[in-house]
Amino acid sequence: MPTFPARAEVKSTCPYCGTGCGVSVRVDGDRTTVVGDDAHPTNAGRLCVKGSALGETVVPDGRLLYPQIRDANGLLQRHHWDETLDHVATRLTQLIEQHGRESVAWYVSGQLLTEDYYVANKLVKGFVGTANIDTNSRLCMSSAVAGHKRAFGEDIVPVAYDDLERADLIVLVGSNTAWCHPILFQRIVREKERRPDMKLVVIDPRRTATTEMADLHLPLRAGSDVALFNGLLSYLNQHGVIDAAFVEHRTHGSREALAAADASGAQLADVAATCGVDASLIAEFYRLFAIHERVVSCFSMGVNQSSSGTDKVNAIINCHLLTGRIGKPGAGPFSLTGQPNAMGGREVGGLSNMLAAHMELDSPSDRDAVQTFWRSPMIADQPGLKAVDLFDAIDQGRIKAVWIIATNPVVSLPDADKVKRALSRCELVIVSDVIEKTDTTAFAHVLLPALGWGEKDGTVTNSERCISRQRPFVEPLGEARADWWMLSQVAQRWGYAEQFAYRNAAEIFDEHARLSGWRNDGRRYFDISGLAGMDAERYDALQPLRWPQPAHGDAAAQQQAFADGRYFHDDGRARFITTAPRPPVNALSDEYPLALNTGRVRDHWHTMTRTGLAPTLAAHIAEPFVDLHAHDALTCGVADGSLARVTTRWGRLVARVRISGEMPRGTLFVPIHWSAQYASDARVGALVNPFVDPVSGEPEFKHTPARVEPFIVTWHGFALARSARPMETSTWWTRITGAQFVRYELAGRDTDTDWPSLARAALGAAADADWLEYEDRSAGTYRGALIVDDRIEACLFISKRADLPSRAWLSGLFAKDRLSEPDRIGLLVGEPLEPTDDQGPTVCSCYGIGRNRIVDGIRRQGLHTVQALGETLRCGTNCGSCVPELKVLLAQNRGLASDPVLPSI
Amino acid sequence: MSLRRKPRLVVVGNGMAGMRTVEELLKLDADGHDITVFGSEAHGNYNRILLSPVLAGDKQFADIMLNTREWYESQRIRLHAGDPVVRIDRQRRVVIAHSGLEAPYDRLLLATGSKPFVIPVPGHQLPGVIAFRDIADVEAMLSASRTHRRAAVIGGGLLGLEAANGLMRQGMDVTVIHVMDSLMERQLDKPAAALLQAALERRGLQFRLSAQTAEIVGSDRVTAIRFKDGSELTTDLVVMAVGIRPNIELAKTAGLLCDRAIVVDDTLQTHTDPRIYAVGECVQHRGAVYGLVAPLWEQARVCAAHLAALGVKRYGGSVTSTKLKVTGIDLYSAGDFIGGADTEDLVLRDPRRGVYKRLVIRKSDGVDRIVGAVLYGDVADGPWYFELMQKCTDVATLRNKLLFGRAFCDGAGQAA
Repeated sequence: MPTFPARAEVKSTCPYCGTGCGVSVRVDGDRTTVVGDDAHPTNAGRLCVKGSALGETVVPDGRLLYPQIRDANGLLQRHHWDETLDHVATRLTQLIEQHGRESVAWYVSGQLLTEDYYVANKLVKGFVGTANIDTNSRLCMSSAVAGHKRAFGEDIVPVAYDDLERADLIVLVGSNTAWCHPILFQRIVREKERRPDMKLVVIDPRRTATTEMADLHLPLRAGSDVALFNGLLSYLNQHGVIDAAFVEHRTHGSREALAAADASGAQLADVAATCGVDASLIAEFYRLFAIHERVVSCFSMGVNQSSSGTDKVNAIINCHLLTGRIGKPGAGPFSLTGQPNAMGGREVGGLSNMLAAHMELDSPSDRDAVQTFWRSPMIADQPGLKAVDLFDAIDQGRIKAVWIIATNPVVSLPDADKVKRALSRCELVIVSDVIEKTDTTAFAHVLLPALGWGEKDGTVTNSERCISRQRPFVEPLGEARADWWMLSQVAQRWGYAEQFAYRNAAEIFDEHARLSGWRNDGRRYFDISGLAGMDAERYDALQPLRWPQPAHGDAAAQQQAFADGRYFHDDGRARFITTAPRPPVNALSDEYPLALNTGRVRDHWHTMTRTGLAPTLAAHIAEPFVDLHAHDALTCGVADGSLARVTTRWGRLVARVRISGEMPRGTLFVPIHWSAQYASDARVGALVNPFVDPVSGEPEFKHTPARVEPFIVTWHGFALARSARPMETSTWWTRITGAQFVRYELAGRDTDTDWPSLARAALGAAADADWLEYEDRSAGTYRGALIVDDRIEACLFISKRADLPSRAWLSGLFAKDRLSEPDRIGLLVGEPLEPTDDQGPTVCSCYGIGRNRIVDGIRRQGLHTVQALGETLRCGTNCGSCVPELKVLLAQNRGLASDPVLPSI
Repeated sequence: MSLRRKPRLVVVGNGMAGMRTVEELLKLDADGHDITVFGSEAHGNYNRILLSPVLAGDKQFADIMLNTREWYESQRIRLHAGDPVVRIDRQRRVVIAHSGLEAPYDRLLLATGSKPFVIPVPGHQLPGVIAFRDIADVEAMLSASRTHRRAAVIGGGLLGLEAANGLMRQGMDVTVIHVMDSLMERQLDKPAAALLQAALERRGLQFRLSAQTAEIVGSDRVTAIRFKDGSELTTDLVVMAVGIRPNIELAKTAGLLCDRAIVVDDTLQTHTDPRIYAVGECVQHRGAVYGLVAPLWEQARVCAAHLAALGVKRYGGSVTSTKLKVTGIDLYSAGDFIGGADTEDLVLRDPRRGVYKRLVIRKSDGVDRIVGAVLYGDVADGPWYFELMQKCTDVATLRNKLLFGRAFCDGAGQAA
């Protein structure tokens, strides 16, 4: 294991989104500070709020520290690594012998480093002999992969971040870039400030922080993207915006694609009707696209997570092929990936229908190439099960064992309750994770402690094909080990010591690099054989660079993909793909009249196993919510701030109603992050229809028919406490990590509660404790607070209504060593005597600037621009991801100069 | 030039209620009446509610004088101090004093007050058994404290506790005997009473609650109290502070309608004779008899207005509030602090700070009104609550912050 003498700083890569920002880490005792790496080409020193708060997540809280095996009584028992790995190897062997090699499966993750991913894929496809290894990237960008392969013959992203700064028009399709890829968005915004003529078009059913910055927003109906882009293709053709020579010589299939496009999109009125958008807006988009040669079309989950996701991707690519706007600076279709190493996973063949190094599972010569290179006894020769099918197979008992690595399918997969059932039926569930208690580890028979960010050593590839190092800077906690090590240990127990003799990540990377050049000869664009042969030292020093990096030839000249007009189908041409618009699989009905959309919020990541630890990140959006249009709320009988039940054919949840004004009528939005670890009833995965794109297998996360009803409770409440308290017994709860405290949002259905005794018991106040309380029994109001040594230890606020006092001010009391007399008196009111002391909910997480403070600045200090706010209050001046929210607040408050600021929840 | 003489007003009782009425009258009509005042005590008018501080040594007798003889002279009021009225001749419209002096009246104001109730147990007339009502009682107690060590106060109400505190401050070893199981049950709910008792115990008072006095023991002076359960408490002094009885003998013999006290209407005129008014502890208004000072001020204002022939004011009854005058103990109660089935409670407890507050709210006709308050430890907002109570202010919108005080509620008011 490496040791860490006081190194001044360690350069690494942020483990969140696919942007892949470079970070610079300093460790000082148990405090970790993470700042942007000035030298990294992606972010040039900038970081979004999640990246900035990474230091808060490098904590021992909740870590899985030791290998464990569930005993006959269902209890997890600690074991030595050797015993545990023996057990894993033996049990898998038994099951394979009994039920065949297709009876075991791996479900891995875009969180894995390329080296881990490579070893997993090699072990499964070459040494178990099945392709039953799929990844959560299936849920994220498999439609993009499929679209790329159909159009280009290989999974190639032909655009780099620099192209965003070279483009004259950027089209963002199905992407809340401002929140989900903040640093990229800031690059766009800065360029737009520099060149105001540059246009930004956002295509998204929702009004988002991203649309706030757009020149044009098309709030199209969910799932109608193909119609929109078919219409564009038809329009471009009608108006002669065609690169005829390129289409003639470098592509195939334009005639069929245009015919199909004309069928649905020749008439603007038809497109407008299908998309549910005003025809003039669409016409303006088409006009902008037509007149700008340098156009980059970025697409993300709104495109990919659909039963027609692959067609959407190809409908977009078709427009770039027709106009020849690809393979040139500032032009091309650009898949923004969600995860830090989704791209790396694609490179090693981490999906069940891929092989390795962009070689094809269904190609006998590719299979032979890989098997020969690996010196493996076998090679999978048929595609394995894709994520949703894989868990169906577990549910049906066809798969007997699954090894889940670095992902949380009980939360993240569609029809997630079925995933629970499947895992509960599975004979052997092995889970490698960083966190001990997740919704998924609850089902594990074997728990393997994996390295966390900060301990891991390897590489990741971002959305623009840039390979960066993740370098370790702290010692592994407990007995945590690298995922590649665990997999190799099992392989060695199966007798493949020679093929899995890796001593470090550098050796794995070297093998991966060599394989990419193996029998390549320019047939595959993915080639990093130029990086082979590095020793550990050079590998450690590896600077960020984009692939391809072939051993022979000029890497720099090859950076612009398709610049030479060569594609990777056998004939060297790109393909137009015929796309016919298809509505989402499940239509709305009287019973389920609303379309449920899911997605991310600004300051959380995936299932919150990491961001849930960071107080800074919890302050922006603390609770799971369901956002809907005010009219729909009225029809459903739910009010802003109340609790609502959302039901689909597959499942249901309870969340706080939010009427943000961002939702079009007929649609709902629920964030994906909250698991059973953080909320009683908020796993949106359980509600999502498990229908997938027929080509990519990517589920339709963005459209599930749903209904909303009031969730009747008799009381609402919240508790703040310095340490966790047993609050999970109430009907509904959410747990939120705060700075020096834990916050619980609560609601319940019981009546006649004896709050004074219940509160004292729950918060742990002894009879002689310094306990203050307020009770208005008839109004159903109870407030209690425990003070220890003049410091606030815990407090609980209960009301019949959801109109509880602001948590922000109370939370701030936990930072005080001693409560002042006014604090103590104000404590049970829940607000300070001076209302301006209450900052309100955080808007700028980087500097912790709250809404009330900002509104006050706009109204009373005359800060009437984003710039003025930034200069005086600092908000929006670091990562900039709150700038769209600042703009909304400016619009709302500029005209209200003298009105005082109301404290709010 | 009219030679009509001024109407003659005779006031029976030189106490706080009578004299406040006279003062109010003088404010409205400085020279309209020919005023004669009879009083049983041989001095001017003093502030009876400050007797406790005098007993405790915090004040001197001179400090609590309200109206000196000079004042009466300057106002041309004839004062007959130490010469109580013994009879009213309503036919002749004269009052006859103990000395035989007669005074004719056009208007008569009865302000005879009340007298302490003495439990008629055996031994209650022994030397060393006194009440707590006037200057003489205070002097008796002060003198006993100089020669004796142990005192017992029967009565755990407001007056009893003030007497006990005063005696303790004078160096005596004091036990409070109370028939109920909590102190000041007419002003405090049990949690507040418990806080009060604990605070007084810390200062050195002793308590026997739920104790029924059977007999006061002694031959030439009290030596002990014997209880119904047979136990005894040795003591050198017994102060009876178990309540007051309105002084209504005079009114009764004059044939005025009396129930528990002299029955008056909303103008403070007696039910029987419109020339005769009554104010203070001797009256019964709409069924209520008051033993506190605030209602008396209100009665005085209304009665004076009526006497001045400005008959616009009406007395609608009082909500009462109480402050315990024991230095260092902040206690405030007002109104119907017990409440009932139709009332709602707001309660704040902060025992470490020694704070207990309770407001009683009644909802009627869609209005939330404060009808009662008990404050212990932090009484700053007492007068404000009292004002809200008297004005019947709808507190529905303040409800969430009401108990946390005016500062918070005013903040909320500004923001809204």
